[in-house]
Formats: sequence, structure tokens, C-alpha cells
Amino acid sequence: MVLVVEKLRKSFGRRVAVEDVSFAVDEGDVVGVLGLNGAGKTTTMRMIAGYLEPDDGFVKIFNVDMALDRRRAQERVGYLPEGAPLYGEMTPLAFLQFVAAARGMAPDRARNAVRRAAQDAHLGDTIDRPIETLSKGYRRRVGLAAALLHEPMLLVLDEPTDGLDPNQRQAVRELVRRLAPERAILISTHSLEEVEAVCTRAIVIHHGRVVADSTPQALTERHGTLEAAFRTLTKGEEAIG
Amino acid sequence: MRALSAVYRRELASYLATPTAYVFIAVFLFAAGAFTFEIGDFFGQGRADLGPFFAAQPWLLMVFLPALSMRAWAEERRAGTDELLLTLPAPTWSLTLGKFLAAWTLATLAIALTAPLWITVNVLGHPDNGAIAAAYVATVLMAGAYVAIGTALSAVTGAQVVAFVLAVLVGFLFTALGAPSTLSFARTLGPNLADILGAISILGHYETAQRGVLDLRALIFFVSLIAFFLYATAVAVEAKRGG
Repeated sequence: MVLVVEKLRKSFGRRVAVEDVSFAVDEGDVVGVLGLNGAGKTTTMRMIAGYLEPDDGFVKIFNVDMALDRRRAQERVGYLPEGAPLYGEMTPLAFLQFVAAARGMAPDRARNAVRRAAQDAHLGDTIDRPIETLSKGYRRRVGLAAALLHEPMLLVLDEPTDGLDPNQRQAVRELVRRLAPERAILISTHSLEEVEAVCTRAIVIHHGRVVADSTPQALTERHGTLEAAFRTLTKGEEAIG
Repeated sequence: MRALSAVYRRELASYLATPTAYVFIAVFLFAAGAFTFEIGDFFGQGRADLGPFFAAQPWLLMVFLPALSMRAWAEERRAGTDELLLTLPAPTWSLTLGKFLAAWTLATLAIALTAPLWITVNVLGHPDNGAIAAAYVATVLMAGAYVAIGTALSAVTGAQVVAFVLAVLVGFLFTALGAPSTLSFARTLGPNLADILGAISILGHYETAQRGVLDLRALIFFVSLIAFFLYATAVAVEAKRGG
């Protein structure tokens, strides 16, 4: 199993953000994590990427416990944080070179990795332009290229298409489809259309708990449409404050 | 080591890519000149040495260096790029040290750019160049301590202005503990208190070096202060993982 998440719990002060979240993801799986704003999706992704430590439970990547050997576990993860934060003054090339070096890659390996990741993410001639001058779509591609740099077996993408136009969304989806067969991919998203388009499984999180873990087809059969399934499972609530 | 070097180079390039570094250096050089020639009465003292220049350094660096280090972690948190850094398989100490060394390099560059003053006193007379060199070494070490304090407080808060104010306050505390007025007041409270305050004060250790005596105690003090605040930075960064 590429990723095993077991009984994760995380609270901020008295607010419980994630409670008893468990699931597993294997090679070839593209798992969509759905939920309202504030449901606990990003907190879960952050714990899987090793940015946050769970209060309870564990994250294991290729059987390496994130809490016990964080560096070794993080070596196996490619992570695109929500909003793809980047250093605006750098060019994509300089940024990818920085990430490669910070990941401990030797110069030769780093050079090849940067070239390959830039190609995979279709950065084209934007590679030499300051990131702050790029469109949101290209910035997201730079973030994706950084996540792909070390050819991770597990890709964790937090809202990779949020705020992108339809063409940019399509480009990201095509990239995910292309990468999927050899990897486990976890995508947090608001877009049900995206889950139907690229995901082999959908996990719905509500009030920090997993309320459904099934294929999009099974959810659609049970509730009529994926949207109906989502509304039923989240009880028709709006964003959780 | 690759992560440390990558973070160091990125930080330094980032300082130099914006006007921050140039403005910092220009204002620091202007202030150092004003303190030396106007307030320190460089020409009026009738001696070819850099006493007035070095006497002003603790107070100048105490205020200027937090302006440089305040962005180290606070800016990362504001921009969300700390999430990027902390999900890389790099040890926290290498991120901390890389950021510290970049800011310290810039501080050292600013101090080095005051070298024309050193040349000037050599033109005007025959200063003790060994003593001046020792004072410069101590100044660079003291700058490291102020940068380390600023970096630690930048890791505590997400607001650069708050980080700046806190760093000036903590820097002031470590500096003013060794001021003559503080020490004489401490003597009235207890016989050993003044010695203790002097031993943990930046000013106390810097004053001996300022006179050209770079003793081991001062070196150990500054290195320990830097190490302590870098450790505090790493702890503060790690604590954020706990939410």
C-alpha cells in the first residue's frame, strides 16, 4: 500500500478539525477528497504531507511512519499545497532548481529532474519569467512541476484546479490522467466534475470525519448523481465556519 | 548540507532581488557615519581611532538588524511558502541555519562597507590596526547575535512588524543589561546581580572587544547567544507543525 492513513485526529484549540479519518491508497488509485469548505480536507492533506502533526493516529507512506521518520516519508511524497504558494521573485527554473537542491539532489540529477518536470507540467517558455508575472494557471503548473520533480510514488494535490479557467483545468486533469497509472494520487477538490473526470475513488469528509469512501460510479448509482450524493452526505449544509 | 546551501542561496538572492538589502545598507552606512562624525565627535576627539564608530554599533545594529531578519519566517508564513519548505525532506536545522546565514552575510557586508572609515583613520594618523580588526570581528559576531534574535522572533509570529518590534525589544534587553546605569542600579539590589547582568549582556562583552581585546569569553558568549536563538527558532518552527 502506498499510503495508509489510520484514525487521524487533529484539533486547533477546542475545535476538532479532523476526527478518526482512515483510508488507504494504492498505486494506480486517483482518490478525490471532497467536502465543504472547513470540512477538514486541507488539514488531512497537510498531515499526509508532514506539514502538520496529528494529535492522534498515523500516516504511513510505503510503511514509513510520518511521525517517526518524517524526512524519509517526505522523500516519497510530491505535495502541491492549496493555492500553490511560490516565491514570486524567482523564475520557474530557479524555483525548481532550488526545490531540487533542497531535496538533496546531486547537480546532474537535479538538472535532468528539472528538465523533465518542466516538460511534464508544460511550462514552455515561461520557465525564464518571474513567477509573479505568470497567470494563475502557469503558477499552478510550476507548483505541480515542483511536486513531480523527484518522481514521487504518492502525489498529494490540494485543490490543484481551484481558480483556474476551463482550459487550464483540462490541462491539469490531463496531466493527472497521464501520471496516474504509475502512482497513487490524492486530490482535494470542490469540483464534482473533476472527481467524475479523473478519480477512481471518492472520499467525502464532513465535519472532519469520513462519511463516504467509494467509487464515483457507486455513489452515483446509490444517489442518482454525484451532486445528489454530495448534498445528502453533507446534509445540504453550507461551508463550515 | 545541500538543503542548507539551497536555502542560503535562495534567501540571499531574495534579499538582493528586492530594494530591501540596498536600502538597508544605504541607511545603515548613513546612520553609522552620522553616529561616528556628529554624535561621536570623531574629529573633536583628536585621536586616530574608530572608538566613536564602534561605540555606536550595538545600538545601531540592535535596531537595524531586526529590519533585515524580520522577514525570515514571518514572510514565509504570510505568503504560505512555509508549507512548501516544511514539506521538503530537509531537516529544520538546515532551513533555520540557511536563513540565518543569509541575513548574517548581508549584515557582514554592511559592516564591511564601513571599511573606508578604517582607511580614513590610517590616512589621518597611526591607529592600532590590530585593535580595530578585533573590534570588527566582535562587531560581526554581535551582528550575528542580533540576527539570531530577529530570526527567532520572526518564527514566532506571522507579522513582520510584530517580529521587528519584538526583536528590537529583546535586543534592547540583552544590550541595556550591560549599560553603566543598569549595572549601577543592579549593584544597589545585590552584590552579584551586576556581575550576572554583565555576563549575559551584549554590551558588557562588546565593550572589551571595542577596546581591541577580543577575549575567549566574549567569543563564547556571542557564539552561545547565536546558538541559543537558532535553537529557539527551530523549536518555534517545529511547534507550528503542532498547529
